[in-house]
Amino acid sequence: MPSNKSVSDAPITQFINCRILKDHKLQREDLWVREGRILNPEKLFFDEQGYADKHVDCKGSIIAPGFIDVQINGGYGIDFSLVSEDISGGVSVVAKKILEHGVTSFCPTLVTSPAAVYHKVLPQVKVHNGGQHGAGVLGFHLEGPFISAEKKGAHPEQYLRTFQSGGVQDLMEVYGSLDNVTMVTLAPELANSQSVVRELCQRGITVSLGHSVANLSQAEEAVQHGASFITHLFNAMLPFHHRDPGIVGLLTSDQVPAGRTVYYGMIADGIHTNPAALRIAHRAHPSGLVLVTDAITAMGLPPGRHTLGQQVIEIQGLHAHVAGTKTLSGSIATMDMCVRHFKQASGCSVEEALEAASLHPAQLLGISHNKGKLDYGCDADLVLLDDALNVKATFISGEEVWRKEP
Amino acid sequence: MRLVILDDYELASEWAAKYIRNRIIQFQPSADRYFTLGLPTGSTPYGCYQKLIEYHRSGDISFKYVKTFNMDEYVGLPRAHSQSYHSYMWNNFFKHTDIDPANAHILDGNAADLEAECQAYEHKIAEAGGIELFVGGIGPDGHIAFNEPGSSLVSRTRVKTLAKDTIVANARFFSNDLSKVPTMALTVGVGTVMDAKEVMILITGAHKAFALYKAIEEGVNHMWTVSAFQQHPRTIFVCDEDATLELRVKTVKYFKGLMHVHNKLVDPVLSMKDQ
Repeated sequence: MPSNKSVSDAPITQFINCRILKDHKLQREDLWVREGRILNPEKLFFDEQGYADKHVDCKGSIIAPGFIDVQINGGYGIDFSLVSEDISGGVSVVAKKILEHGVTSFCPTLVTSPAAVYHKVLPQVKVHNGGQHGAGVLGFHLEGPFISAEKKGAHPEQYLRTFQSGGVQDLMEVYGSLDNVTMVTLAPELANSQSVVRELCQRGITVSLGHSVANLSQAEEAVQHGASFITHLFNAMLPFHHRDPGIVGLLTSDQVPAGRTVYYGMIADGIHTNPAALRIAHRAHPSGLVLVTDAITAMGLPPGRHTLGQQVIEIQGLHAHVAGTKTLSGSIATMDMCVRHFKQASGCSVEEALEAASLHPAQLLGISHNKGKLDYGCDADLVLLDDALNVKATFISGEEVWRKEP
Repeated sequence: MRLVILDDYELASEWAAKYIRNRIIQFQPSADRYFTLGLPTGSTPYGCYQKLIEYHRSGDISFKYVKTFNMDEYVGLPRAHSQSYHSYMWNNFFKHTDIDPANAHILDGNAADLEAECQAYEHKIAEAGGIELFVGGIGPDGHIAFNEPGSSLVSRTRVKTLAKDTIVANARFFSNDLSKVPTMALTVGVGTVMDAKEVMILITGAHKAFALYKAIEEGVNHMWTVSAFQQHPRTIFVCDEDATLELRVKTVKYFKGLMHVHNKLVDPVLSMKDQ
């Protein structure tokens, strides 16, 4: 039928034979897209007397909002923390490859580095939308250097910093510019951290607690100042203790200000967290769970030795350790693997597993009005999956950007 | 009239859907000659719509050359409200078919000038060449569309205030809160439906039995507006057993005895694939 739209001439695509994740449920509904956004077909029908120009037969697939990875250090041989001449080129390589995992937006993450690295790297990669070229960049996640020496994990000790001259000044001195930054992980027990937390939140930057030996009160105080995320729960923090639950206690804290949610990152690769611990966290606070890959350079590469930031790590199977130690240095699982593992380990529903990788990270970053959901008006960043949650195709702004070969 | 009695709701819905299917295919609609269909809303026709969607999905029928005119719509209810008749028709029928949106007509209960909207609707029906087949239901108070008891039997499309019975019956769609049910509606008139070439009324369930009795075994009466169709040359009432509970045994036996004749209208069931 010829087009007949009074509002816009742009072509309309209708995804048919699919189940879409909407209003927290998988529903047998078609999905309509125009100009990169999800369209309300009822309004199209009655207001514009319009209909679709193109149909995409999803053959029974699930359509979920594209996955959002808020903690990824690199992959495919690229290390975001390693200064090279072509930083944005490196980010682009990873951005393109992670489309295969259903990731449509991500936060390139930098581990603790010297000031020179931040000064060089941060201005090179701007926040930008995804497309055929790769997943969209939401802004950097700066994990360190204002973290605890005792919980540094794989971070290089010599570059750790504290807040000396009044907090915010240290921040700017180390990072240079915060323009392209969307999240900062810090240890709230560091003196003068409160003003830093407030300043970052005021600038719209998400503050995450991690690599820390904070007790529950210190963590709660940080939350009251605006912190809203926990970096890879359980890892690089004090273990849960029944008389001082530490940062883990935030999951059930009654000191979280009304109307606010504390989200927490989980590396659901089967290695960083025992499935029983994953279940405890999930059951305690299901709506805060955010799946992250914390993927490192070696993700996507064969076993062997590789560089992470200023250190060397060793890969064996799905395990990555700081060379010569037992310290985990990050994961090489992909986001879709994490979604599958999370579902299997926690016994949660398909909807919950998908939301942990899409809706929750979008809510965390305050972008859920147009990402992480399949509501009318939202960006049409989609991932098509089979029932086992394997990625079959990825779309950004309604355009197909990756399809699995049959 | 034809009184077609099926054993249960599913069979009644299927019979009605097959009849509509056959009528459309026999008509052989085309770009120059559309099939005009009048449509109802509510729980009664839901099963019939489901069957029509099934026939469309299997490729046996297309709505490409069908123009539809719904009977009614609430006044003042936002079109996007889940209980508006626009929402009902979109979710339960239009979105599953290939009907051209320009050919799906529903009264606009939010029009600035309601009277003008009603007159325009009558005009659209006339321009489309009149209604070939008007499908309707019956209210527990015997109304057709929103032609409440006391409506003129020669009425046209207009604004009507809903009767208490109707508001109570509809409260279940508004969280059982009577104050949330709209009090007015735009509706085609009894006369508007009478103008159709053929009328098919779907009546299922024991709660409609008394209304059916009043409509076909008593006189033509503006208190039971469906009774007006006693004076239409081509009316079919499609019911289930429960809806006949208030009728005379004699009436039911007579029409049940005619089922072999009625069934010739739906058997064989035609398909677009054979054309």
